[in-house]
Amino acid sequence: MADTVTAPPYRVIPIVPALKPGAMKDVRSFVANEKIQTAIGFPGKLTDDWKERALSKMGELLGQYRSLKVYMDACVHCGACSDKCHYFIGTQDPKNMPVARQDLMRSVYRRYFTLAGKWFPRLVGARELTREVLDEWYTYFNQCSECRRCSVFCPYGIDTAEVTMAAREILDSVGYGQKYSNEIIGKVHSIGNNLGLPGPALQDTLLGLEEDVKEDTGVDVRFPIDVAGAEVLLITPSADFFAEPHIDSLIGYAKVFHAAGIRWTLSTKASEAGNFGMFIGNYDQLRRIALRIREAALELGVKRIVVGECGHAWRVAYSFWNTLTGIGAGANDPFALQLQRQLDGRYRQPTHICELTWDLIERGALSFDKSANDAYVVTFHDSCNVARGSRMGETPGGQFEIPRNIIRAVAHHFVEMPENTIREQTFCCGGGGGLLTDDLIDLRVKGALPRMEALQEVAKTHGVNFMATICAICKAQFSKVLPYYQFDRRVVGGVHQLVSNAIQLGLHH
Amino acid sequence: MAFLFYLAFCVLVGGLAWRMVTYARTPAPLKIPTTPAPTTVPGVVFRMAREVLLFESLFKANLWIWGFGILFHFGLVLVLARHLRYFTDPVWGWVVLIQPFGIYGGMVMVAGLAGLWVRRLAVERIRYISTPSDHLMLLLLLTIGISGLSMTFGSHPDVVGVKRFFEGWQTFSPHPLPDSALLVLHLMGVAVLMIIFPFSKLLHAPGVFFSPSRNQVDNPRERRHMAGWAARFDKETPHG
Repeated sequence: MADTVTAPPYRVIPIVPALKPGAMKDVRSFVANEKIQTAIGFPGKLTDDWKERALSKMGELLGQYRSLKVYMDACVHCGACSDKCHYFIGTQDPKNMPVARQDLMRSVYRRYFTLAGKWFPRLVGARELTREVLDEWYTYFNQCSECRRCSVFCPYGIDTAEVTMAAREILDSVGYGQKYSNEIIGKVHSIGNNLGLPGPALQDTLLGLEEDVKEDTGVDVRFPIDVAGAEVLLITPSADFFAEPHIDSLIGYAKVFHAAGIRWTLSTKASEAGNFGMFIGNYDQLRRIALRIREAALELGVKRIVVGECGHAWRVAYSFWNTLTGIGAGANDPFALQLQRQLDGRYRQPTHICELTWDLIERGALSFDKSANDAYVVTFHDSCNVARGSRMGETPGGQFEIPRNIIRAVAHHFVEMPENTIREQTFCCGGGGGLLTDDLIDLRVKGALPRMEALQEVAKTHGVNFMATICAICKAQFSKVLPYYQFDRRVVGGVHQLVSNAIQLGLHH
Repeated sequence: MAFLFYLAFCVLVGGLAWRMVTYARTPAPLKIPTTPAPTTVPGVVFRMAREVLLFESLFKANLWIWGFGILFHFGLVLVLARHLRYFTDPVWGWVVLIQPFGIYGGMVMVAGLAGLWVRRLAVERIRYISTPSDHLMLLLLLTIGISGLSMTFGSHPDVVGVKRFFEGWQTFSPHPLPDSALLVLHLMGVAVLMIIFPFSKLLHAPGVFFSPSRNQVDNPRERRHMAGWAARFDKETPHG
């Protein structure tokens, strides 16, 4: 399949492309089989009464989520979002315009939940929920990476991610789930992480890393796991344990902890920061996956919870963990207080690894040899969930400044990509939101177009040869698609990979 | 006509109240502000004010839609203010002052609507997402605007009679409406607009205030956010 996929050409003038209706109608992510579905409590295959079930689920969600309710009503079809989605820009399929994607559901909402749609369906674009419509939902709601770029530009803040999550939840509830996401959720529960690495394999890997780092630096940097009484519990995406370039950032975190003299540990039980429960919009899964972290923290008796480089995981951790698990502050109920009393209130809980590292840098606790990164001209790709669904530090926008501050502290050459492709306007890598699967490679390559254009521009003008990012999905996606755009796959890497290169060990303590 | 306006008034007020109560009673279980977001309540009020008064997000998105949208909405505000003279006696001082601006407002409003419609027809993407109701809504608003301007600049109806009509309407002692086809068209349009308001995309007006991505404070680590059905889970988790 990969052989037939080619990257779209860069736009000579970055104008909005003409529409190609139906361009992506046949690009469908693999459907989950019965085993995958039932393992996480969904019907094994499309139920006979799918229509009734879907509509009843939709009614339920409309009553449970104010976002969905308001977003279904408020859209005026102004078109502000219509040219903002990376998948639309890359595929030109009009159903990948955020408003059109929302309308796949809104048309059904109008037909069954509004007077106007019941009485004058044609007039307001209301549609029956037919099998064709359901199939279209499956296709196009699995072509949205829930990156929230559209919500930045919508005058009412309508967030297509919320609509996509609701649609996937409805599809799951009628037995029409997506293989990639649902299989991964099964693995988190049965093994402890998305990649299915069992505990012993993890321990082996970490021992191997200790040897590698010793060989490289001559210093005994530890990679502890399941150490009760450690100060910090590090929750990181499982890709950090073995995938390239992810592992270089894991080495970076370990070196930071080592240099700062912080006793830290990983956890076998919670060996995954990622939470695909968010991608499929299922509150129960979102919560159950998050509760593993709470349990690990209570068992290990740690004082701080730190999250590694992972975009959607940081959104879940920063925005949702306090609600879901009581990791945070400001609670007045016994459930949350039990954990909040254990955690050290002097630190923000949870803490992003970049917050931790930057705090240490500001306090002068770390030393760097910036020339170790002199081979690189670095740029920074803001990951969508970090940029638009979370924060770092004390002030709004800290999620943009802190990673950049770290890069400037560890490397000499840093260049920004064009204004409308970074910070809150950043483009998704093209593989987020549960779409990082080979059966969607065509979509992933095309969806990367806006970011690749921006990278190409700074590569040409400033010789940029390293794009740092703080998301496991971004790293995996870019490693895969960069070659389609004639870049070396090693152009992408982590912020803590740069930290790892430059940090000087054994100076402090 | 008086009856139609009683009906329209009830539908508008009752319908909007019903929608707003529905929005308010639907919980927002998770913190989902589009970040960077304000970290305090005054900050959120300021963000919402920028959104409602200046259309900040739309400004970032597209200057054409923003421009036409601003023209239409601000024109409409002036027009509505000008029309207060039909409902108050004596007419408030500031309403007297802005009378001429109300007329400019009417022109600007029609220009904005025309611009939005041209865009809806001419831009392929926006034509693609438009439903018949989107066009009819613009037609309705233009009908109201143009019939209103025609009465200002063309055939003046008996405005004193119009005022007597609405005073009677307010005190439930109906007076006849002056005889004018344009006036009837104008008022019918307004009544239809009021009636469809709570059932259509015009709900964007109250909706924006309830949008969680805009009205939530970005403080999830500092305050435990619990809402509605999602709050009950903790009680079901035995080990705490």
